[in-house]
Amino acid sequence: MRDEPILKISSLDKFRGKTQVLHGIDLELYAGERLALLGHNGAGKSTLIKSVLGLINAEGGTISICGARPGTGAARVATAFLPEAVSFHPALTGFEQLKTFARLSGEKPDIAALLQRVGLGEAMHRRIGAYSKGMRQRLGLAQVLLGRPKLALLDEPTSGLDPISRQDLYAIIDELAAQGTAVLIASHALTEVEARTDRIAIMRKGSKVADDTLAGLSAQAGLPVKLRLRASGDQADRIALETGGRRINGASVEILCTPQDKMAELRRIAALGDAVVDIDMVPPRLDDLYRHYSNEELN
Amino acid sequence: MRFLAITRAELTILRRNLWIFMATLIMLAFALALSFAGSAPTGTLGVDMLTISVASMTTLSVYLAPLLALMMGFDAIAGDRDRGSLALLLTYPAGRGELLAGKFLAHLAALTIAMVIGFGAAGAIAAWFGGAGAESLLALARLVLTSILLGAVFLVLGYAISALANSTTAAAGLSAGLWLVFVVLFDLALLGAVVMDGDGVFTQSIFPWVMVANPADAFRLWNIAASEGVALSSGMAGAAAALPTWAAPLSLLAWPILGFLLARAAFQKVEP
Repeated sequence: MRDEPILKISSLDKFRGKTQVLHGIDLELYAGERLALLGHNGAGKSTLIKSVLGLINAEGGTISICGARPGTGAARVATAFLPEAVSFHPALTGFEQLKTFARLSGEKPDIAALLQRVGLGEAMHRRIGAYSKGMRQRLGLAQVLLGRPKLALLDEPTSGLDPISRQDLYAIIDELAAQGTAVLIASHALTEVEARTDRIAIMRKGSKVADDTLAGLSAQAGLPVKLRLRASGDQADRIALETGGRRINGASVEILCTPQDKMAELRRIAALGDAVVDIDMVPPRLDDLYRHYSNEELN
Repeated sequence: MRFLAITRAELTILRRNLWIFMATLIMLAFALALSFAGSAPTGTLGVDMLTISVASMTTLSVYLAPLLALMMGFDAIAGDRDRGSLALLLTYPAGRGELLAGKFLAHLAALTIAMVIGFGAAGAIAAWFGGAGAESLLALARLVLTSILLGAVFLVLGYAISALANSTTAAAGLSAGLWLVFVVLFDLALLGAVVMDGDGVFTQSIFPWVMVANPADAFRLWNIAASEGVALSSGMAGAAAALPTWAAPLSLLAWPILGFLLARAAFQKVEP
């Protein structure tokens, strides 16, 4: 039996005027879990996050954060939020801004150490107006780390960050999850979240169309696995003919097969003996899965 | 006290963008200029120079206090929302009322500094050169206090506009409109009505109450009614005499509370 989820969303409906922007969303998030929330712009990711934060009220369904309703004192204490393209008053320094957030949340952390942790040690006493976008994002992350949140909602956390900063950010997210925080990351950066999350939920036009581990999503989607063979000498044509694959350059052949047929196909290739010099197996990437789930027509 | 966290941050901002300095400078410059320009009729009215100075500064404050307050207030919510920092702020445990109270306290402190230094310095100079009695010193204290109250009214009205407007620019425009209505057009309209009505029922019994309902006029009436010298030198004794003494103070004290409730209600509807 698993523990109670930190975040539990049940059949959430949200309307903007007469347009329904969220359709019966169900979502659960457990302690220490990292969930990637994917979807096109306008798919409803930000609306969902705002609903969880209690910034907007949904018309139907329920949200519970550690048993509390969104927007209540208990829910706000339990939740940390990093908005997309986070911004602060330019006249304050990073240190002053973080201190203000700490006072608001009633925490008494070591502000300087926290800013060091996110790489703002040098800049903490400079005005935020002089910060780069990446530095503001780091300051935003620092306020997420104030007082161990039960739930962290990160909206496009890596936007505007250079590759090294992204690595740092995911290292910090891993730390958060390791201390038991349930982390939800809304993102467009598919290749990043692929390796850095435990579960992936995909939204399309306000509905959740997928919610599983990467492996689970692959199996459900039944997308073909790509086998790429390198043939010895001039055997490529023969191999292509025998395996039903496709020549892609001088000495290589590409075969597409379903995940279920993968082992059978490998045995068949092994039987070809010396004609095959090398083989690479390319499982479907999140890119392919995302395209599969987000383009599928609604049934 | 979570709202004090907001107050501290806002005060740092006001100090750093030189707001407090500029507001104080403006108050000081105008108060000094008026005190010296208005010192001529001292002899003819038989009151000391500080009394004249307070009367002039009362007229000045009717215009300046609301203006300075609105200039701070219009940005309070719309600014944070346009910048994109409001959503994050609202996810913290402090409620919207606490955020508003925190900002109010900081802005009021800034106004208080400007008023005390500006009017205080002008008053001190007037007293030094032209003498001051106990009554005129009391009038000066009353002027400072009521100016802060008047500022408080327009701070909270500025917040309400800031919450209702779609953008910071719209909030700025609406604030200018609000200032014009309360400080200029309201009195003009009343004047027109009185002229049309002559000595009728409106002028006799309704007009003073409509007038005192406007916080800017309540401020004027309070200062005038309370000090015979100031009334004499500002020529507004008539309207003040028609009302009970509690009317103006009640209006000026009730407005900040009503305005705050209005701003709080408008803020509730804001979606960051």
